[in-house]
Amino acid sequence: MTHLPILPVLIPLIAAAVLLALPGKAPRSLARGLSIAGLLLGGASAAALLALTTDGTIAVYAVGNWPAPFGIVLVADRLAAMMVALLYALAIPALVTASDGLDARGLHFHALFQLLVAGIAGAFLTGDLFNLFVCFEILLLASYALLVHGGGHEKARAGLHYVALNLVGSTIFLVAIALLYGTLGTLNIADLALVLPQTPPADVALVRTGLLLLALVFLLKAALLPMSFWLPHVYSSAAAPVAALFAIMTKVGIVALLRLLVIGVGDEPQAAGLTDGWLPALALATIALGTLGAFAARRFALIAANAVLISSGTLLFAIAIGDAPATAALLYYLPHTTLVTGGLFLLGHAISLRRGAAEDRLVRGPVIAGRTSLGLAFLVLAVAVSGLPPLSGFLGKLMLMQGAQDWQALWWATLLLSGLGIALVLARVASILFWEPEGRADSDVEWERIGTRRAGALGALVLASPILVVAAAPVAGFAADTSAQLHARDPYIRAVIASDATILRTPRPGPVVLALQPEEAP
Amino acid sequence: MEVIMALAVGLMFACGTWLVLRRRTFSIVLGVTLLAYAVNLMLFLAGRIGAASPPLVIGDATDLADPLPQALVLTAIVIGFGMTAFFVALSLHALGQAGTDEVDLNRDSGDGTADDRHGEGPGA
Repeated sequence: MTHLPILPVLIPLIAAAVLLALPGKAPRSLARGLSIAGLLLGGASAAALLALTTDGTIAVYAVGNWPAPFGIVLVADRLAAMMVALLYALAIPALVTASDGLDARGLHFHALFQLLVAGIAGAFLTGDLFNLFVCFEILLLASYALLVHGGGHEKARAGLHYVALNLVGSTIFLVAIALLYGTLGTLNIADLALVLPQTPPADVALVRTGLLLLALVFLLKAALLPMSFWLPHVYSSAAAPVAALFAIMTKVGIVALLRLLVIGVGDEPQAAGLTDGWLPALALATIALGTLGAFAARRFALIAANAVLISSGTLLFAIAIGDAPATAALLYYLPHTTLVTGGLFLLGHAISLRRGAAEDRLVRGPVIAGRTSLGLAFLVLAVAVSGLPPLSGFLGKLMLMQGAQDWQALWWATLLLSGLGIALVLARVASILFWEPEGRADSDVEWERIGTRRAGALGALVLASPILVVAAAPVAGFAADTSAQLHARDPYIRAVIASDATILRTPRPGPVVLALQPEEAP
Repeated sequence: MEVIMALAVGLMFACGTWLVLRRRTFSIVLGVTLLAYAVNLMLFLAGRIGAASPPLVIGDATDLADPLPQALVLTAIVIGFGMTAFFVALSLHALGQAGTDEVDLNRDSGDGTADDRHGEGPGA
C-alpha cells in the first residue's frame, strides 16, 4: 500500500530486466507472455493508484526514505494517477498488436517496450526536476531503439534526426537545471513553489531564463511549432504499435509543462507573464500547420502523425489559457486525443497489411478484405478525431472553446476550421481506401489475416471514444476535480514538503545550508 | 576564476552548436560531446566555486561545499556517455544502410525518388 506509487514504474523495469536476461533460445511466446504480464500487473497497480487518489489523497513516496526536498519523491496526485492509467490503457493494446510478429523483426523489442513504459510512468509521477530529466532519458533511449526497430532506410534517417534533436534538447534541459539550482537551490517542484517568492531581485532574470529553457524542452517534446518538424516524419516512420505508444510521449511534455507552470510557478510575480503572447500564438500556428500537413500527406500514417500535432497544439493552447476550467477541459480532451490518435496508427497498420504493395499510401489499391468492420472502425475514429458530434472529440472541443476570452475569435476559428479540414481529409482517404478499389481482389496479393487478439486491441481503442461519451459526466467530473486539485497548489506542496521540516537556507551565493529542525537535541 | 569558467562554458557551447549544425554525423557526434562537456561544467558551477569550502563536515566549519551539483554532474556524465554511444551506433547503422554519413542520408527532395541513393541495405 505505501509502496503503491512506485509500482507502475518498478514493475515494467523489473519486467525489462527479466526479459533481457532471457536466453536467446527461449521461445518467443515466453517473452510475449512475460511482457504482457508485466504490463497487466503495472496496469493493475495504476488502477489501484487511480482508485487511491480519487478522493483527493496525494500519495507521496520518498525514494530511499529521504524526505523532500533532500531526497527524490514520487508524487501521485489525481493528475499523475490519471496519466499513468492512460499510459497503460494505451500500452497494452499496442503491445498486443506488436506481439503478432513485429517483435520478431529485431532484438529485445519487449524489454525496450517495458523500459519506454517505465520511463513515461516515471516522468508522470516524479516530483523532482532532475529525476524528471532521468526519466526523460530512459524513455528517450528506449524510444530511439524502438523507432529504428525493424531496420530500413527510412527509419534510420528518422532516427538520426530524432536522436540528434533530443540530444540537444537534453543539453538544454541540463542548462535549465543548472540555472535553477544555482539560483534557487532546489529542484523539487513543490519546494520551487516555496522558494520562488523569495528570489532576490538580482536573480530574477536568471530564474526566468531557467524556467523558460525548461518550458522550451517540454515544448520540444510536445512539438510546438518551430520545434515540431521532426514529429510527422518520426511518427510515420515508426512501426504502428510503437507510433501508437509514441502518441502519449508528446503528452509527457504537456503534463510536465502543466505541472511546472501551475504548481512550480503559479501566480508568483517573479515569474509572471512567462508564456504570455507567444505560447497561444504558436499553439494556434501548430494546429494550422498540422491541418495543412494532413492535407499534404500521401500516407495514412502521416495523417495520424499530423493528428498528433494538432492535438498537441490544442492542448498547449489550453495550457496557455491557464485557468482551472481550461485545465479541466484539457484533462477531458487529453485521454480522448491520446487514445484516438493511438487507434489511428493501429488502424492504419491493419489497413496497410491488407493492401499488398500499396500499403498505407493514398493510392487506389486492391479491395480490402473485411472492409465492413475496418470501415466502421475508420468511421468511428474519423468522427472522433475531427471533433464531430456525437463522439468525445466534439465534447472536448466544446469544453475547450468556452475559455479564452482574449483569443476567442482566433481560437474558435482555428479549432473549427482544423476540425473541418481533418474531416475533409479523412473523407477523401476513406473514399480512396474503401470505395475506389483498383480491380478485384487479386489472389497474388498477400493478405495477412488480422488475428483476433490484434482485432481486439484495435477494437478497444476504437471503443474508447464512445465510452468517453457514455461516461462523459463522471470523466468530466474527474477532470474538474483534478484541475481544482492542481490549481489549489497547496495540497500538493503540503503533501510533498512535510510541515515539521523547517529548511534553513542561507542566501546565495554560497552553498545552501539545509537542516531538519525538530530533531534538535536539548 | 569565474571569468575563466564562464569563458570555457561559453566557448564549448559555441563550438558544440556550430558542430551540431553541420551535415555529417561525425561532426554532430563531436558537437554533442562538446555540448555535454559544457553543460557538465555548468552544472558543477551551480554549486559555486569555493577553494576554501571543505566537502565534508570538519570541526565546526560552516562554509561547506554543496554536494548536490557533484551528484548531478555524475549522473549527467553517465547519461551523456550512454546517449553518445547510442548515437555513434546509430550513425554506423545509418552508414551501413545508406552508404553515406550525411544526416539526411540522401540528397533527394523527400519523395524517395533520388537516384544517388546507394542501395537500400538488406533490411529495407
